Amino acid sequence: MIKRLRENKSFQGTILATPTLIFMVGLLIIPLILTLIISFGSRSADGNVIYGFSLHNYVRMFGFSTDCQNGKSTCFDPLYTQIMWRSLSLAFNTTFLVILLAYPLSYFVARSHPKRRNTFLFMVLVPLWTNFVIRVYAWMMLLRTQGVINGVLGWLAGLFGLHFLPLEMLYTPGAVLVGMVYEFLPFMILPIYTSLEKIENSLYEAAADLGANPFRTFLKVTLPLSMPGVVAGTILVFIPVMGTFIVSDLLGGKQVILVGNLIQRQFLDARDPTFGSAASLILMVMTLIVTYFYTRKFGFGEEIIAV
Amino acid sequence: MNPYRRSLFIRLTSVLVYAFLYAPILVLIVFAFNSSRTNVNFGGFITHFGPLTMEGSTVIQSPCGPFHWFCELGKNREVMGATKNTLTVAFISTITSTIIGTLAAMALQRYNFKLKSFTQVSLYIPIVIPEIVMGIGILVLFSQLFTFLNGLFGITGDARLAMGLPTVIFSHIAFSIPFVTLVVQARLQGFDKSIEEAAMDLGANELTTFWRVTFPTILPGILSGGLLAFTLSLDDFVITFFTTGPGGTTLPIYVYGLLRRIITPQVNALSTVWVLIVFSIMLLLQRVQNRNT
Amino acid sequence: MNEFAVELQNVVKEFPTPEGGQVLAVNQVSMQIKNGEFFSMLGSSGCGKTTSLRMIAGFEWPTAGEIFIAGNPQGHTPPFKRPVNTVFQSYALFQHMTVFQNVSFGLEMDHVDKVQIKDRVGRSLEMVQLAGMDKRFPKQLSGGQQQRVALARAIVKTPKVLLLDEPLGALDLKLRKEMQLELKALQQRLGITFVYVTHDQEEALTMSDRIAVMSFGKVLQMGTPVEIYERPNCKFVADFIGTSNFLHGIVKSADNGKASVYVQELETEIVGLASGEVKVGEKAAISIRPEKIRLSEQSAFNQNCFEGTVSSTTYIGSDTHVYIDVKGIRLKVWEQNKISSLDPKAYYSVGQKVWLTLFHENALIMADE
Repeated sequence: MIKRLRENKSFQGTILATPTLIFMVGLLIIPLILTLIISFGSRSADGNVIYGFSLHNYVRMFGFSTDCQNGKSTCFDPLYTQIMWRSLSLAFNTTFLVILLAYPLSYFVARSHPKRRNTFLFMVLVPLWTNFVIRVYAWMMLLRTQGVINGVLGWLAGLFGLHFLPLEMLYTPGAVLVGMVYEFLPFMILPIYTSLEKIENSLYEAAADLGANPFRTFLKVTLPLSMPGVVAGTILVFIPVMGTFIVSDLLGGKQVILVGNLIQRQFLDARDPTFGSAASLILMVMTLIVTYFYTRKFGFGEEIIAV
Repeated sequence: MNPYRRSLFIRLTSVLVYAFLYAPILVLIVFAFNSSRTNVNFGGFITHFGPLTMEGSTVIQSPCGPFHWFCELGKNREVMGATKNTLTVAFISTITSTIIGTLAAMALQRYNFKLKSFTQVSLYIPIVIPEIVMGIGILVLFSQLFTFLNGLFGITGDARLAMGLPTVIFSHIAFSIPFVTLVVQARLQGFDKSIEEAAMDLGANELTTFWRVTFPTILPGILSGGLLAFTLSLDDFVITFFTTGPGGTTLPIYVYGLLRRIITPQVNALSTVWVLIVFSIMLLLQRVQNRNT
Repeated sequence: MNEFAVELQNVVKEFPTPEGGQVLAVNQVSMQIKNGEFFSMLGSSGCGKTTSLRMIAGFEWPTAGEIFIAGNPQGHTPPFKRPVNTVFQSYALFQHMTVFQNVSFGLEMDHVDKVQIKDRVGRSLEMVQLAGMDKRFPKQLSGGQQQRVALARAIVKTPKVLLLDEPLGALDLKLRKEMQLELKALQQRLGITFVYVTHDQEEALTMSDRIAVMSFGKVLQMGTPVEIYERPNCKFVADFIGTSNFLHGIVKSADNGKASVYVQELETEIVGLASGEVKVGEKAAISIRPEKIRLSEQSAFNQNCFEGTVSSTTYIGSDTHVYIDVKGIRLKVWEQNKISSLDPKAYYSVGQKVWLTLFHENALIMADE
């Protein structure tokens, strides 16, 4: 066999890739296929799967429920389409806000003195390295009716002798948005920084030499060259936000239900794994479609690797 | 023209964004020293050392003084168990996925074989789909598999196959491999194959060449990949959430559970400890990196 | 023990192209390299010289034909089993090892004991003038020093044959010229057979005992530097090595190595030496090296003598390059400046009428491709 290995390079490649293939096929491909199969089934009495072939789960997701209040066999129930729409718009909004906040910071760090850059980057990474759940908890503390923000505002109001009504911030869509932005901000800062950092100083000098003011330099030189970073960051933010459920669970409570929460409930409370599977696949397809069109227009963003 | 000149707008925004990033963490840490058990308002630091008395007494004191909740944390068996699980999963999955991912990176970067495109695509999938989809998939696979096997072999009771630490470990390996492969592949791009030819020219066979020449050269990339895998595993919530079971609680899962039940400053203490440990390790790594370059 | 150090017999090498076809990198190449000689393969990129070298080393296997080292056919023997060592174009030093460890690597593979290793590595480094550098790392060395480490690493194993793949390409001119002399001296001292690949013909002419000129996978001519330079066997070699003037015409006579060609534009018959197959009545090219043409004020001999006008001159210092227009044909003539004058007109002036002559052995007549 050693001779066969030596002579046949293609065989060598196959051997090296085999363990990976085993894991990917076993724990990714097969599960996805199984999810698909189950999504066509229906729920058994004790929350298990009855295999079959029916599209009723998908139909339900898109608004036509068979589980009607008024005794009809089918009715229009937009609940799930609303949930999908909420996830999509949250993902877009989060990405947009994250770009707005991340870009100036990335620019700041990219154009700072090389000796200080590592320190600034380190400061961005530290929050990232603390656990996801912990970071959400921090916002719970801040946003609660009796939380820190209200406490500070109340104290300030007291200083001016004003009567202060605590703001209801927690368990609102706004809270979820803030939480999402907070969670994913570093994921956008790093790729944008990476692509901005590649722009040599001489490019800015050349632009100035040719008569461009700072604004036009930004528009015509900086922005286009930083696009790969923006794209990479978008991919790193948009996709997870689509699938999140913790942030909406802890910061949004029952008011904000995303597709992630929907899926979570279907599987945990012995509800309907077939419906949950369908929802999961629809989520995947939605994400892939958006990502596909996005990268088609803007490129793939090799900065992903640098992160 | 000063190359480091940035407008006031940029500087101001940056300070605000940094403040935005750090304020919640600082609040978290401060409240770890909260004398108020309900952790609603900040009741001031515990200043007295002595036998434990809390709300309702005139003097609030604790054997550990302001570090009361950290002491409580130390006594918390569940936390210790969850930490042990988290580290176990992280180490096993890191080592395994790093080895497997490195092999895959070499295969993809240097060889053409029949399943090459399929392998490459299947490695991209976990990166472009939400984690929850992969988590659900694995849950579905194992639950159906276990139900089937339990039924087939008539296993009941405690001996039943169920989700737990092993399933968590396998799923962590699975989602780490693509990242390790990506990192190592990127490093392999600039690899000069002639040093391998030189080694063989000087008398080393393929295995010796790999071990003495190739491996040391790509080691920095492998370590980067391993570090990434370790981080991903330590921090993971979503996939662990769906693939765990009794005995497989990791720290993030544990914290989540706490947050849905009772919230005492102990959670803050845990968070603070976590932040400090991570911060120190990162600082250490930075120093090591700076010395190497 | 009469076998050759290295022999290639009808070696062919094909590579698959990305589009699915095949490209012929080496096309029926045969060579016999003698023991102890400095043999060069010369040609421009893509001519197959590097591929041939790699096949001798064992990094590629021939698609057809056979390679022999010391009389033994190599077949599919891997590189680590072949008694040859290579100096790479990029040096291929092990960056994670010290200079000493780099050089001792090959000896470790042969399980040589530590004392001997230390001794041999020391001597090898001395030979390349790098004594005392053994604890340094490659990235702390200059390009020239790295190149010597690569050399030391290869020769420490005292191979019968040393293969060198354009080792001096990355060095600046002065260093390159120094290293050329050093390499030649080293080869003569060690008595090892050197197989040297280069695209720099001056380098090949300076250092080699014999040269194989290659183009598009084929060996066009093999011989000593003098043979290659003075008797190129085809237009390509005549033009690739040094530089050449070409006249074209029809062969009028060909007998016993001598031939003559009637050149229409000059209305003269040029007499010269036949290089390769020359048939009467066929088209031929005459290769004349610029330094072989003599200029004079008046006509000298009857044969190979014609008149022209100077169209431009370039003063090089030791030579003057004179470009002469002969009835529409432009010829270049290199003349050594045997005079020393400050008057530019002494070095030929534009418009000046001159007579060009050349001895018949300086006109090489070859088939016109």
